[in-house]
Amino acid sequence: MQLTVWTYEGPPHVGAMRIATAMEGLHYVLHAPQGDTYADLLFTMIERRAKRPPVTYTTFEARDLGSDTAEIFKSAARGAYERFQPQAMIVGASCTAELIQDDPGGLTKALDLPIPVIALELPSYSKKENWGASETFYRLVRGLATEQPKRAPNRLTRPICNVLGPTALGFRHRDDVREITGLLFQLGIDVNVVAPLGATPHDLTRLPAADFNVSLYPEIADVAVRFLEKEFGQPYTKTIPIGVGATNDFIVEVCGLAGIEVPDLSAFASNMPWWSRSVDSNYLTGKRVFIFGDGTHALAAARVAADELAFTVVGLGCYNREFARPVREAATELGLEALITEDYLEVEAAIARLQPELILGTQMERHIAKRLGIPCAVISAPVHVQDFPARYAPQMGFEGANVLFDTWVHPLIMGLEEHLLGMFREDFEFNDSAGASHLGGHGAAEKVSEAVAASAQTGEGAIAVLHWAPEAENELKKIPFFVRGKAKRNTEAFARDKHLETITLETLYDAKASYGR
Amino acid sequence: MTQLIPPLAAKALADCAAPPPARVVLRERGQREVFCGLTSIMWLHRKMQDAFFLIVGSRTCAHLMQSAAGVMIFAEPRFATAIIEERDLAGMADINEELNKTVSRLLERRPEIKLLFLVGSCPSEVIKLDLGRAAERLSMTYSPRVRILNYSGSGIETTFTQGEDACLTAMVPELPATDEAGLVVVGALADVVEDQFARIFEALGIGPVHFLPSRKAGTAVPVGPNTKFLLAQPWLRDTARTLEARGATHLPALFPLGAEGTTSWLKAAADAFGVSAERFHAVTEMPRARATRALARYNDTLAGKSLFCFPDSQLEIPLARFLSRELGMTLEEVGTPYLHSVHMADELALLPADVRISEGQDVDLQLDRCRDARPDITLCGLGLANPLEQEGLTTKWSIELVFTPIQGYEQCGDLAELFARPLNRRTRLAV
Repeated sequence: MQLTVWTYEGPPHVGAMRIATAMEGLHYVLHAPQGDTYADLLFTMIERRAKRPPVTYTTFEARDLGSDTAEIFKSAARGAYERFQPQAMIVGASCTAELIQDDPGGLTKALDLPIPVIALELPSYSKKENWGASETFYRLVRGLATEQPKRAPNRLTRPICNVLGPTALGFRHRDDVREITGLLFQLGIDVNVVAPLGATPHDLTRLPAADFNVSLYPEIADVAVRFLEKEFGQPYTKTIPIGVGATNDFIVEVCGLAGIEVPDLSAFASNMPWWSRSVDSNYLTGKRVFIFGDGTHALAAARVAADELAFTVVGLGCYNREFARPVREAATELGLEALITEDYLEVEAAIARLQPELILGTQMERHIAKRLGIPCAVISAPVHVQDFPARYAPQMGFEGANVLFDTWVHPLIMGLEEHLLGMFREDFEFNDSAGASHLGGHGAAEKVSEAVAASAQTGEGAIAVLHWAPEAENELKKIPFFVRGKAKRNTEAFARDKHLETITLETLYDAKASYGR
Repeated sequence: MTQLIPPLAAKALADCAAPPPARVVLRERGQREVFCGLTSIMWLHRKMQDAFFLIVGSRTCAHLMQSAAGVMIFAEPRFATAIIEERDLAGMADINEELNKTVSRLLERRPEIKLLFLVGSCPSEVIKLDLGRAAERLSMTYSPRVRILNYSGSGIETTFTQGEDACLTAMVPELPATDEAGLVVVGALADVVEDQFARIFEALGIGPVHFLPSRKAGTAVPVGPNTKFLLAQPWLRDTARTLEARGATHLPALFPLGAEGTTSWLKAAADAFGVSAERFHAVTEMPRARATRALARYNDTLAGKSLFCFPDSQLEIPLARFLSRELGMTLEEVGTPYLHSVHMADELALLPADVRISEGQDVDLQLDRCRDARPDITLCGLGLANPLEQEGLTTKWSIELVFTPIQGYEQCGDLAELFARPLNRRTRLAV
């Protein structure tokens, strides 16, 4: 039994819904009690989809349990087929239906529908949303992909590939697909099928016609692309084109798989390298950043943060254990210990301890950041309605790199503003309690007293209570709020180290000298 | 019908059990686009400030709570899910032992909690986990610091607001006994509405007045044979029955939506407590006039407009009564997830005789009817709203009605505004 308030991932059948909702001509019959239809609003509200997800829920009740829930399932499956006339159907159970063991696959088979029906086994009590999406996509590909006539090798034909992984409710999947298919086209590579987003079951039968596969989101596509490689000899890409460097690597990789020459990379322009080198970006150097998300996005963000913005990565982690290994490796390279957890309270504790100047995370970290008063940008699912922008805002490719620069830098306080805040703390308009204009200006003032009050309780070790002398406390208030927490912690650690009971002005500056920035 | 009704094809026309007036109710079974009872924790956990709701369920339950409303603003809300895992089901871990550990961790972390609800879910019901016994067992450990109660919010037994009914029903046996006369207002109301009603009851000279649930679990709500109670919400069938079993008397009335409903509701209490007609008039005249003035502003927007209600909270019938009688809207269909004919008798009597009332749902069939009717405004849940907007229908999300103060005289205008705004938007937008 696991005590949870907020979760990074939903149950696996929600993953299956992300596949079904992304596709056209596919219907999902889900054996589920009343209430499980809440999942529809993830798509209609968070992603603002204008169509209902193609899901029929059986909606069984307690009084049905003694009689015939299997009959209810069959009737729902038959009804869904007649009403929606899909090209193919997936059938399965949600957590409650899994317990009553009605075998949706067998029941649907008995209906003898004239379309392919793929039964899903998604263990709700051990697996989660990404696994469910990945398994569903794999089952569909495995069930539908069929040997295609080989194209005769021809110098005049352009190489073709599939782009696999984008789903409904994915973080910027819509825009990543546009960016990457555009990039592939520029390179002289055509796209055979994009799936699951926008694909029909019929399109999945044609997957083997491509020369290779682009795996955009390994969380979703990895199992399917491995299957396609084994079964149909299609190699697949390993590089995730997020950031300028990774996009360049991606181009080299796809050109290799396509058997074409790597073009002059300078022909592909992103503003990001120059924006990072422009003098105004000096203030970004060494900014302490904490990164948490799904494995793929967290890894990509770490590379961009370190290599393309000159940030210092102080924390790196992911919530999906399936991708823990590469995240651990990357963290080790950065001299960190990776945080692999699905408990957001652990993430919050790590952030509070590290006092980063910027958090790159999910919806959950955005809430943590709000509470701690730390700037934050979202880099990974789970995301909320604000993270489905109206504008074109990919994460991948060269335009994606521009978007990363803008969205990561925006929440920060500009270099000059930072200096002014530091120099004129006592200005009656431009002061602490006014906060920074772009952060709404609230909540900064109380934090000092709160922080100081809290320190009275957190004293550890030999000295139970650390006392802040009034003049030191006043001086602490003059430190900009976005580094104040760290200054306070460092000072207290320093005081404890030196067995001081009272923190004076001297202690504050001694600590500052001892810690540096 | 002797055999099981096929859920997707079922369409049964049945006579309402309790005439008069004989009213035809369309009863449907099939896919329901409604929340389960767990969802009422969204407002219950804000209302009862020292209570905690521990759902014993699956990852789906936790995900529902997270997604169904924008509640992630709370770092640690006063609810959580104890997620049952494979090892619990496989018997590798003793599930009761695990629950003890979970509760102990929780109470250590939240020492301010005075009342803990163990809330059953679909999975806990299906595996027949006896949370009632668990609550008794844990109560012995943590009494008197923490009271531990149990109810089920599972989707196989409850829809959306029935979760509150189940929660309050679990609280009733715990209420202290009294022989003193008094009034209890039953059903969670926004604090601002509760305070308004408390002031009116005081002006009427009615007292003592208690509200169930109260903001603090420690506040005693005494009940006995001289207790009279008003239902502030239409979804409290079992709570009412349990209060009656303790001797309390239900005061039948319209629900306090709109000026007419609020007046009827207050009048039921005034009559029961012997308040003179003059005094009642004197106390309610001003706020009633304010409500009428506030509603007059919406006449142009709403009069003559047609309404189609999908089932959601059981507020649909009183709302339809308010919108048709006080704002002149016409009714295409009024759907409710569950129809309690006794509590709804007065409300139903005021609806036009020819309006279609439906109970339960087969969502695809109901969507077909809605598309045929082309109502000016459709009241529906969040899963249906955007798809219907895309089809050119104007919608009002129903969940807002349970999160917004809408009861009482002073909220009449706000309630009308909820329906007027989507229509207003449609006339303004030119994109």
